Amino acid sequence: MTEPDDHARIAQQFIEAIPHARALAMRVDEIGEGRAVISMPWAEHLVGDPRTGVIHGGVVSALMDTCCGAAVMAHPTHPRSTATIDLRIDYMRAATPGQRITARAECYHMTRSVAFLRAVALDEDGDNPVASATGAFTAER
Amino acid sequence: MDRNEPLHQIKTRRDSALNALVSGVPYMTWLGIRFDRRGDELTAILPFDEKLIGNPRLPAIHGGVTAAFLETTAIIELGWTAMWEDLESGRITPDAAVPDSLPRLPKTIDFTVDYLRSGLPRDAYARARVVRSGRRYASVHVEAWQDNRSRLMAQATGHFLMPQP
Repeated sequence: MTEPDDHARIAQQFIEAIPHARALAMRVDEIGEGRAVISMPWAEHLVGDPRTGVIHGGVVSALMDTCCGAAVMAHPTHPRSTATIDLRIDYMRAATPGQRITARAECYHMTRSVAFLRAVALDEDGDNPVASATGAFTAER
Repeated sequence: MDRNEPLHQIKTRRDSALNALVSGVPYMTWLGIRFDRRGDELTAILPFDEKLIGNPRLPAIHGGVTAAFLETTAIIELGWTAMWEDLESGRITPDAAVPDSLPRLPKTIDFTVDYLRSGLPRDAYARARVVRSGRRYASVHVEAWQDNRSRLMAQATGHFLMPQP
């Protein structure tokens, strides 16, 4: 049996094989049972509004999309691969400049071919989400 | 409108305003997004780059990159449309070197992306259409494609909060 730490290590290797996840310096914090927690640091070149230093919404999309994909792959039914069918993101507030952003995704329903996902993005104020997302992903068997 | 305004002056005004709008956003520069302008019509271009890959086996562009590309295209189109009148009448002259001269961009309220085909490892294009633009809220539809305009890679609809004067 593999320990949770092994899951995280394997998932980190999976993430590092994805050039865009590497470019955003994503880190797998937790993974397993259709759930994933992935975080990334704030960076100057990811800013969307130079007046405030707030990170661009597109970056939050990329993090949530990756986190949802990882949660699908971590589902106990072991899909062979996955792709996004649709993803809706609600932006609740601006992420605080300089803070790490963390996405938490959960696969709340799985069929033979489709996975349904919910996710939130947080900065260091973990009580007030920056954004939330819902999506449908393919589950290839 | 001045019918006899020199052509190069018109082009310089529009191109430098567009450049100011786009180059003010570090993330767009990092992704490599450019805009092609025909009159007031904009086409966003995302040149392919290794760092945009999300699935190295296929390979395919990252879904998050596609979402970001669509979202930035929608925001620039909305910002561009909102400032067009002021730009043409000479009320504003956005300059990339003067951050305060740039109009504030709309904020995304929500954004929904439909992924229709996997993104190939080559350039992508996008065009946005402002479906409805009120004083406070706006709704924008945006489409992205690669080789073939009629075979969309993705489409999206978003709602935006317009900057208040």
